[in-house]
Amino acid sequence: MPTLVFLETHDGEPTKGGLGVLSKAASLGGDVAGVVLGTGVRDAAEAAGAHGASVVYVVEDDALAAPLPQPRVDALEAVVAASDAENVLFPASVLAADVAAGLAARLEAGLNWDLTDFRLEGGELVGTRAALGDTVIVEVGWTSTPRLGLVRSGTFDPAPSGGTAELRDVAVTFQDFTTQARLVEHLQETSSGPSIEDADVIVAGGRGLGGPEGFSICEELASALGGAVAATRAVVDAGWYPYSAQVGQTGKSVSPKLYVALGISGAIQHKVGMQGSGTIVAVNKDPNAPIFDFADLGVVGDLTQIAPKLTELLRARG
Amino acid sequence: MKIAVCVKQVPDATVHKRLDPATNRLDRSGEGALNPTDVNAVEEALRLKESAGGEVVLVSLGPEKAMDSLRKGLAMGADRAVLVSDAAAAGSDLVGTSRVLAAALAREAPDLVLFGQQSSDADGAVLWAAVSDRLRRPMVSQVAELTVEGGTLTGKRQTEFGYDVISAPLPAVVAVSDAINEPRYPSLKGIMGAKSKPQDVVALGDLGVDSAEVGEAGSRTTVRSVAPPPGKSDQVRIDDDGSAAEKIVEYLAARRLI
Amino acid sequence: MARRASGVRPADYPPPFRDTEAIAAPTDAPDERIDVGVLIVGGGPGGLACAIRLGQLLEESPDVRDRLGDVPVAVLEKGKQPGSHLLSGAVMNPRAIRKLFAGRMTIEEMPTYGQVHREAVYLLTKGASVRIPPPPTMMNRGNWVVSVSEFGRFLAEQAEAGGAMILPETTGQALLLEHGRVVGVRTGDKGRGKDGAPLANFEPGVDVTAKVTALAEGTAGHLTSAAIDRFGLQGRNPQIWALGVKEVWKVPQRLDRIVHTMGWPLRKSARYGEFGGSWIYPMGDDHVSLGFVVGLEYADVELSGHDLLQEFKTHRLVRKILNGGERVAWGAKTITEGGLNSVPSRLNAPGLLLVGEGAGLVNVPRLKGIHYAIESGRLAAEAAFAALRRGEAVGRQGALDGYDRSLRESYVWKDLAEVRNMRQAFDKGFFLGGALASAMTVTKGKVPPKELETHPNAETRLMRTGRAAQYPAPDGQLTFDKLSSVFASGNRTRDDQPSHVRVETSVPRDLAEMWHWMCPAQVYEVGEEADDGTVQLLVNPSNCVQCGAISAKGGRLTPPEGGSGPEYTST
Repeated sequence: MPTLVFLETHDGEPTKGGLGVLSKAASLGGDVAGVVLGTGVRDAAEAAGAHGASVVYVVEDDALAAPLPQPRVDALEAVVAASDAENVLFPASVLAADVAAGLAARLEAGLNWDLTDFRLEGGELVGTRAALGDTVIVEVGWTSTPRLGLVRSGTFDPAPSGGTAELRDVAVTFQDFTTQARLVEHLQETSSGPSIEDADVIVAGGRGLGGPEGFSICEELASALGGAVAATRAVVDAGWYPYSAQVGQTGKSVSPKLYVALGISGAIQHKVGMQGSGTIVAVNKDPNAPIFDFADLGVVGDLTQIAPKLTELLRARG
Repeated sequence: MKIAVCVKQVPDATVHKRLDPATNRLDRSGEGALNPTDVNAVEEALRLKESAGGEVVLVSLGPEKAMDSLRKGLAMGADRAVLVSDAAAAGSDLVGTSRVLAAALAREAPDLVLFGQQSSDADGAVLWAAVSDRLRRPMVSQVAELTVEGGTLTGKRQTEFGYDVISAPLPAVVAVSDAINEPRYPSLKGIMGAKSKPQDVVALGDLGVDSAEVGEAGSRTTVRSVAPPPGKSDQVRIDDDGSAAEKIVEYLAARRLI
Repeated sequence: MARRASGVRPADYPPPFRDTEAIAAPTDAPDERIDVGVLIVGGGPGGLACAIRLGQLLEESPDVRDRLGDVPVAVLEKGKQPGSHLLSGAVMNPRAIRKLFAGRMTIEEMPTYGQVHREAVYLLTKGASVRIPPPPTMMNRGNWVVSVSEFGRFLAEQAEAGGAMILPETTGQALLLEHGRVVGVRTGDKGRGKDGAPLANFEPGVDVTAKVTALAEGTAGHLTSAAIDRFGLQGRNPQIWALGVKEVWKVPQRLDRIVHTMGWPLRKSARYGEFGGSWIYPMGDDHVSLGFVVGLEYADVELSGHDLLQEFKTHRLVRKILNGGERVAWGAKTITEGGLNSVPSRLNAPGLLLVGEGAGLVNVPRLKGIHYAIESGRLAAEAAFAALRRGEAVGRQGALDGYDRSLRESYVWKDLAEVRNMRQAFDKGFFLGGALASAMTVTKGKVPPKELETHPNAETRLMRTGRAAQYPAPDGQLTFDKLSSVFASGNRTRDDQPSHVRVETSVPRDLAEMWHWMCPAQVYEVGEEADDGTVQLLVNPSNCVQCGAISAKGGRLTPPEGGSGPEYTST
């Protein structure tokens, strides 16, 4: 009656997200198993073992070669049956979300998504998630098994614990309809740097930059951090930066792991577009700026001195 | 080509979205609007109809007043609206909602079913995947570009790893991302004409859906408690004395952000 | 406090706008036009009452209705839905709504917060409050507390049930004239970019033609202003306005009375030109509506309606009422204050009717206007119907004179006549004004024998007193800053729209700062100073909640893209 963790693979490697959820599940005690689906994925099973899985179910089939969700629902249905899994956890991704929801319908099983934590209470899985734009924390449960959960991306880091897993192959018969969608080709993104919606790191600039030239400070810092540049509505209105970079109530909503706000006051119209960010670092010379109410690290000082220095130090670290 | 677009009404005014303390579910008593990404799906359906001909039907599950927001889709140019409205369906989870929608869609037998999907997926509800499994149809999600030709669809699907071009035969289910198009404003003529377009309200019984399988009663998930988020208890404040940059690096390194 | 009178007059820097810009001939081809019977601009109490009464009359006369085509009655509403742009106190006199629904519905069946049972009026000083007997104009026994936004939604449902077509997110951009008579309205474009160029989803406005057009735009009405100019309908006195800033609070303890206050934080001396006061009304057991009103003829550069409300809340009297509560809504709107002598000389023109607050029908001393809007809407409907039934050319001069006649014979006119000089008396300051006002009440308007004049709000010369230093710093619990308040109004205006605010942008610093403080939504900011000593005025039009204050004090509000602006639900 284990907890099954869906280990998405890319180019034969398990994703960090999957190993993170696996590590967390293993830390709760009890039986934890991983599942890898695809072609040429057996090696991924090793990593699973090192992160706490005692068993890894493997389904290798050409039907699973392309990163498409529907054949994976067939495969997981078979693995759930074979493993008698009580809980099935997915690290959120575009693919995993589709798979989890398809499986929920297939098994008539409850699915809770956007989980930021989970634990066992009296042997039963209990989840935690944020709701309403991260303004409330909700504890969620399930009324039947198997319990399906999608864990918010980046919540848990992989924690290797050593150990090896036993591999078990599972045979799957694929439905007609699940194999009708075909991958025609894959196109790599050719853009320079991540778009702000996908970026893990964002450096955002506001009025405190003093003028459009101030954005070069943001761009340098973003480049050193491997991130994207965003802007507040005020500076976009003033023409300092393009509208496509605007974050806020009437711009884009972002939730990167790290949000560095330079010269931004933190008015609520901006806050609602980025408050879900993992860690917020703010630099502003006004100690009363509202952004300091919700920044994790608030720095009162001159950003024109601090930010370039920070860029230099980051580059020196290599 | 018959295109069905699944849309939902969401509480308007982002200001005071709140959970109803009695039920711990989203308080939907405020006025409603069409979910913004559903508007992209309606727009895409209208473009396909304009190039290939056919009919666009809006399908939704909600209270009777949800018909107001369906009218907005009709004002944009959709032909018909079907609203499944039944008290027993209130509070349905993914399993229940997908069951109802699949039943309504099966009744319509469309060539293509469209859903709207936020590209940043803040909400997380992946209804299309559940519905397509019940309908036993191929499905493509996160589609940022869509073409349909000779009974086959081709979609450019956006993932964390770039774009996958996927093809599938009709009938199929597609979830379009909000990057796919810029929705039109309904014309005044459209708004005025919307009222006289067919708007059907159906109950669970009309669809052959057992009310015990949906709603709160049929829900497979529960909300145990709701609480305000813990305050940011470990906020750090630095007044720059010349070493702020170094301290920031230390902070980020300690949290493994760099 | 040091006082510096700069002498700058906002009226000397008029906005780049002419009312003639809002007058046009139809340009759409006949099959592109939309033809309706009666077109009503504005989905507020006035416009909706007009639509409701027309529905009632047309139901009894199907022959007239048939002559009006597929859409006998249409209402244009610029907000997301009726109610989105409605804001008031409010304590409503039930007389007009009872007449409108006589025999069909009682007020008890309508969405209200109950009747007024107790009331109190206080004169405030900074640290104290003195209860004073309510002036005769302020007796509210028998009146009903309502949220005009909620009431507007209710009226819209009734209007639709009666056959009217409500068209939300649609603005009236220009009044259409042909051969000197009003033939309809051109609606606003949608989907233009900041520079005015059409975007990919550009949707042009259309010519909506009608046999009769009723303007019920409320305060600072765009087409109303153009119509008054075009047809020479100016009243005896120029129109003036006040700015009201309002909040709705959820409170743990029930407020058992309606409250009005005068005095602090406004200053009594005539030189400041600060006339106004506050209200606090219970909304059921667990909410209150409160707001602060100040006439826009004030002189101080740093006077801010929003900050006056925040300051007002710090008074012990108000703290007690709000203790333990939380703010759930905020909004701002101007109130038409000129009274009878500022009402247009005629409220009809060929093919046109002027209804409600847009026509100046507001009783400032009694703080009442909703029932006049409803009554005038009803009378306008009757006049339009009568003309249509006669089958004559409704657009001929005088065809709609019946409206003016019936309005002048109604209690609306009688009430406004009694108090017609009262507001102007307060130009002389609080005490002298108060004395004059009492005299007016007792003599039912016969004192003073000579009509008092009004000056346009924009003609007041500005002065500085360092007033802003007394405003409380926002604490996020009791007092709030403007940006978070704009957020609380539900405003999510698309920010790459063209600016809808017409205002001179190279102005003396005092003028720019006055606008900055005046605007409750922080639309105006002071930019760089130029060599000649003027400053650049920065405008953030997407913050705008369309209160209309800028139109009173030197600029000109025009309608932004339909659907923009606040989304009031409980104001």
